[in-house]
Amino acid sequence: MSTAVDVAQLSKRFGETIALDDVAFRVETGELFGFIGPDGAGKTTLFRILATLMVPDSGRATVLGHDVARDLWKIRPRLGYMAGRFSLYPDLSVEENLRFYASIFGTTIAAEYERIRPIYSQLEPFRDRRAGALSGGMKQKLALSCALVRRPELLLLDEPTTGVDAVSRREFWDLLAELKATGLTIIVSTPYMDEATRCDRVALIDKGKILATDRPAALTRAYAHPLLAVRAANRYGALLALRRFPHVHTVFPFGEVLHYADARVSSDTDAIAGEVERFLSEQQIASEAFVVEATIEDAFIERLS
Amino acid sequence: MSEPAIVARDLTRRFGSFTAVDAISFDVQPGEVFGFLGANGAGKTTAIRILTGLLAPSSGSARVAGFDVATQSEKIKRAIGYMSQKFSLYEDLTVRENATLYGGIYGLTNDEIRARTEAMLQRLRLTDAANTRVRAIPLGWRQKLAFSVALLHRPRVVFLDEPTGGVDPIVRRQFWELIYETAQSGTTVLVTTHYMDEAEYCDRISIMVEGRIEALGTPSELKDRFSERTMDDLFVRLARPPHNRGTEAPRNRGTAHA
Repeated sequence: MSTAVDVAQLSKRFGETIALDDVAFRVETGELFGFIGPDGAGKTTLFRILATLMVPDSGRATVLGHDVARDLWKIRPRLGYMAGRFSLYPDLSVEENLRFYASIFGTTIAAEYERIRPIYSQLEPFRDRRAGALSGGMKQKLALSCALVRRPELLLLDEPTTGVDAVSRREFWDLLAELKATGLTIIVSTPYMDEATRCDRVALIDKGKILATDRPAALTRAYAHPLLAVRAANRYGALLALRRFPHVHTVFPFGEVLHYADARVSSDTDAIAGEVERFLSEQQIASEAFVVEATIEDAFIERLS
Repeated sequence: MSEPAIVARDLTRRFGSFTAVDAISFDVQPGEVFGFLGANGAGKTTAIRILTGLLAPSSGSARVAGFDVATQSEKIKRAIGYMSQKFSLYEDLTVRENATLYGGIYGLTNDEIRARTEAMLQRLRLTDAANTRVRAIPLGWRQKLAFSVALLHRPRVVFLDEPTGGVDPIVRRQFWELIYETAQSGTTVLVTTHYMDEAEYCDRISIMVEGRIEALGTPSELKDRFSERTMDDLFVRLARPPHNRGTEAPRNRGTAHA
C-alpha cells in the first residue's frame, strides 16, 4: 500500500501559542482517516499545512509524494480542500459556484458529472438558488461537490459536519463512505467523538499534540479500567457520592447515565457493579450499575487525564 | 407543586402563509434540564425567540417564569438568562468587566455585582484570572464562565444554545456538572441543540419536526417508545420525514429567503 501523507516532527507556533507540537502520522492511499479533537486542538492549522496554504516552522510533511513547502505546485492540482468555514460565493447560484470551480481546473460539470453525481444530484433541484441561501447541510454538500469536481486524489475536509444537524451529518458520512469506495483518500477532522467510528483510523488530537493514532475499535479496546454505566434518578447526587467511593478512578456524566471507571485494573467487573450499587444504596441513592464497553469519548478522556 | 417554569399551550407563529411553529404545547418544571431539539429549520429558533420574549406568538399562549410572552415580554427578559456557544462574553474585556457589564444590564447594584462576582470566581477557581481578558482564557473555562455570568442575576430559567459543541470531552462533562448543580438549586435549564449526544444529558427532551413537537419524554422513554437503539437513530427517523429525505431546504424555517 502506498502512502498518501507522511508527516514527521511537525511543529507550528503563532507567537506564544503552540498550534502543533511535534506531530507525526501517516495516511495510506485509500484510507478514510479522521482527526478527532476539540476546538483549538490544532486541526485547522494541520489541514492548512497539508493543503500547502501554510508553511510549518519545523518538521516535514509529504503529501502525495511531494514536500508541502518545496513542491506545493505539484501538490495543489491533485488536492480537494474543503475549509472549515463556508468558502463559496454566496451571491452565485449553486450551479454557478460549481461551474466556476470546474473551469478553474480546466474541466466542466458535464465531464465530471459521474464523480459528483451522488452528492450533486441532491443539490440539483436547487441549482438556481443562491449559495448563501442554502441550509447548513446543503452548503456542505455544495462545498464537497466543488472540492470533488477537480478530480482530486486526496480530499482534505476540515470540520465538514460542524453546525449541520444530525440527519445531514449522517448523510454526509454516508457520502464519504461512497467516495472512499471509489479509492479516494480522505482526511477529515471533527470535534464530534461519535464520528470516529465512521473512519478507518483516527488520531486523537488536543492542544497541538496527537494523543493516540489507531483504528477506533483498537482505541476503545485498549481502555484499561473496569467501566460501568450507573443509572440513578438522582444523577447528580450519585455523581458526587461516587467521587468519594474508595476505588474510583474517574466518574463523569455520560448522557443519561454516569460512567464509572474503577482504579483496580484487573478485577471482576460484575462484582464491582454490585459494590457500587451497595455503596450508593447506603447513601439512600437507588441505582443500577452495569458493565459497558468504552467509547471513543472514554478513550479520549483517559488520555487527556 | 409550584407553577411550571415554562408553560406553552397551542403556541403558534406564522410568517405570512408559512407556519413556523404549529400549536406546540409543553410544560417544563422548576429545576428540570429540558432539551429542545429539532433539525435545522424545524422551528426551534422561532419557538425560542417567542419563549425569550423577542417575538410575539400569532396565537396560543406561553408563560415563562410566571410571565406571559405576549404581554409581559420585558419582565421575561429580566427573569431569564441566555448563553450561546457562538457568542457569550466580550473577549476584549476582563473577566470582572464582563461580570460587571452583565450585572449592570440586569440592574444589579454595585454591591451585589461585587459579591456575586467574587462568589462566582471562587466557585470556578478563577479568582487569579479576575483581571485577565477573556480572550486569554482557555476555551473550556470561557464556556463555564459564560454560563456563570448568565446566572449572575439569578434567573429562574436559563436558555443554553448548543452549550458544549466543540469542547473537549472532560470540559464538556465539567460543564454538564455545572448545569446539574444549577438545576438542583431550582433553576430551570432549557438546552437547544441538534447534537444528540448533548441531548442525552437532559432530564426530558422534545423533538420538533416541521413546526410541531413530534416526541416528548425522557431519552430512554423515547428510545423505548420508538424502538430505536440510540437517540441519533430516533432523531434521524423523526426529524426527516420520508417525503423530505436528502433535501432539507424546501422547508428551511427561520431563514426568510429560503
